[in-house]
Amino acid sequence: MHGGMHFHTLCHLSSSANTTYRADCCTYDRSETAISGRIRAPNQIFGRPVLTIVIATLALAGCSGPQSALDPAGVEASAVHHLFIVMVIGGAIIWAMTIGVLAYAGRTRPKPISVRGASRLIVWGGVAFPVVVLFLLLSYAVWLMPQVRPWLPGAMDGTAEIEVTGEQFWWRILYLDQTGKPAFETANELHLPVGRRTTFRLKAADVIHSFWIPALGGKMDMIPGRDNSLSLEPTKAGIYRGPCAEFCGTSHALMAFSVVVMEEVDYLAWRAARTQAPVAPQKTSGQELFFRHGCAACHAIAGTPAIGRIGPDLTALGERQTLAAGTLSNTPDAMIRFIRDPASIKPGVKMPAFGMLPDGDIEAISAWLGGLK
Amino acid sequence: MKWLREIETFWTLFTAPTVWALHFLICYVAFAVFCAKQGALALSFDTVRLALGGVTVVALGVIVLSAWLAWRQWGFGTDDPPHDAPTDEDRRKFQGFATLLLAGLSFVAVLYVSVPLLFIGACQS
Repeated sequence: MHGGMHFHTLCHLSSSANTTYRADCCTYDRSETAISGRIRAPNQIFGRPVLTIVIATLALAGCSGPQSALDPAGVEASAVHHLFIVMVIGGAIIWAMTIGVLAYAGRTRPKPISVRGASRLIVWGGVAFPVVVLFLLLSYAVWLMPQVRPWLPGAMDGTAEIEVTGEQFWWRILYLDQTGKPAFETANELHLPVGRRTTFRLKAADVIHSFWIPALGGKMDMIPGRDNSLSLEPTKAGIYRGPCAEFCGTSHALMAFSVVVMEEVDYLAWRAARTQAPVAPQKTSGQELFFRHGCAACHAIAGTPAIGRIGPDLTALGERQTLAAGTLSNTPDAMIRFIRDPASIKPGVKMPAFGMLPDGDIEAISAWLGGLK
Repeated sequence: MKWLREIETFWTLFTAPTVWALHFLICYVAFAVFCAKQGALALSFDTVRLALGGVTVVALGVIVLSAWLAWRQWGFGTDDPPHDAPTDEDRRKFQGFATLLLAGLSFVAVLYVSVPLLFIGACQS
């Protein structure tokens, strides 16, 4: 019983508040209880079951979370998830049948089988069965395709458009207005309304990147000189994570973005706050130092004279979930570390090190940037 | 048709896979051209779909014919494989049996290639 209870606790901790995976955990919980109930030897209670718990927890920990295709929060991801479940169950049944036949052949005493019987087994079991099963699975997958990639005419009409450009190693995000003209720019964090379809126009500035939000759908490559389109419809509010899904250089693994899916009212309010005339942030010594040390040559901040386009836009940096494109949590210490020596955190980053600045200056700049809302 | 049984060529062996390859090419090239030139061609989506359905039926027919010829070459299954004796007779039967199996494979493959014809909804926008 101990094993079962432990498992439940661990499992609960490792998964988010997702009903599907909690339900799965309960299934494992029961089987674990059954095993522990049958076997009473102490070494087995504290030996094997514990190992099983650890392995199962580690395995299940990957099922949920902000970057899991198995914990869908969007129409496309749900279709992919459904396809995955059907294929896994189909594959498991076929595997069980094959192994069953193998076990039957290996364990029973061999008896002569007629040539006719053997031929029938080969024709039905080896030809007809796989042909029909594969035909059904293929038909199901092809039938599902438009839901996985809603690229048919009309699916993207009238949807809000966001242009996302992959750069080494961050994401330039340009919200477009209804006429397709730029409305405002941000970086490394997408805000999307729940229950509304958004079309992404995907570009790359330097090398090939790939846009993927596993919990919502995708992925789609971003190729220099080409515009690719992808449309996604989130179904659950929450914060998700999108990694770059195509190797793009030394910091490829450190190139990610946050996706904040909001209720439509909140989204409209957020968008309105961005599109109306920007309010100049409070002037502090940090702002003065930001300009004196040349940060504005690369970074833009709405409401200030900073209009640099080389690095990410830093407007409302204090509101973002992460720093350095999903690499660091958004804390003053992390920002100070990044300003001091960006390449030690993200190898290959274009931003030079500013470790030669006095500590007080870096702290003031960081405090000002962190306060931008 | 007597010459068909006497002539020694590998082409009977390749007939069905060649039909499979041609069917594959015709399906994919036809839809690629149709979708690229949507305005320029006076054809509806369903016309292309039906035409390719017709091509599929013809392809399956040719494969069935090839299978029947192969079955005949194999001697209608009177002898069992492996047909590995160094004689003209066994060579002929071996080829017939191999052709029959390839025809079966090609028949299934043509069916699989045709699955999207049933479900395809429109060209990608």
